[in-house]
Amino acid sequence: MSHAADLPLWAAIPVAAFLILGAGLTLIGSWGFFRLKSFYDRIHAPTLGTSWGTAAIVMASMIFFSVLQSRLVVHEILVGIFVTVTMPVTLMLLGRAALYRDRAEANPDVPAFDSPKGSLAVSGEEEPAAGPDG
Amino acid sequence: MSETILLFAVTAAQVMLAVAMALALGRMIRGPRAQDRVLGLDTLYVNAMLMLLVFGIRTGSTLYFEAALIIAVLGFVATAALAKFLMRGEVIE
Repeated sequence: MSHAADLPLWAAIPVAAFLILGAGLTLIGSWGFFRLKSFYDRIHAPTLGTSWGTAAIVMASMIFFSVLQSRLVVHEILVGIFVTVTMPVTLMLLGRAALYRDRAEANPDVPAFDSPKGSLAVSGEEEPAAGPDG
Repeated sequence: MSETILLFAVTAAQVMLAVAMALALGRMIRGPRAQDRVLGLDTLYVNAMLMLLVFGIRTGSTLYFEAALIIAVLGFVATAALAKFLMRGEVIE
């Protein structure tokens, strides 16, 4: 780490703090992912690592290279934006797939396929009566 | 002084990320169903990407950033395709 010898102390402390924060949050998220009981609990845990875990490490990297190269280095923010945008999409796809698989097996732990309140059969009967008004 | 602080922080972050990767891998091996394994793979690639960013700070090279970006892009596509496969039984219909 000899390249970091000329880094001033006021930059080294936030870089170190952000590194520890990000890695610690990622570790807590993965620990929860390992420990929790059901899949629907577990799907929440790794988001610690993908929200503030990624953001803190990206911020540490941005501060480090900006101070070391004496210019603004912000290309790491691409990783942060990409992970922040894509992770909800991934988790929603995976959650829907898991719910579909559980429902197809008639697993009693998840709500079954039933139509919500005010379902199509009831509103379908009232539809012709309301039709002439419009 | 700042070198010592950074060396300690980078080493601690790498150890924590390695433990996090091991936990994700453990759930991927143990996971009772397919969706647990897919989510374990997802967690594993995010942790590996963060590990590469920390490694870039350790070596002072911005080259590792590009590898981290590629891992993020390919990991998203892989997990979306696997979720689609779990849902429908085929990736491209």
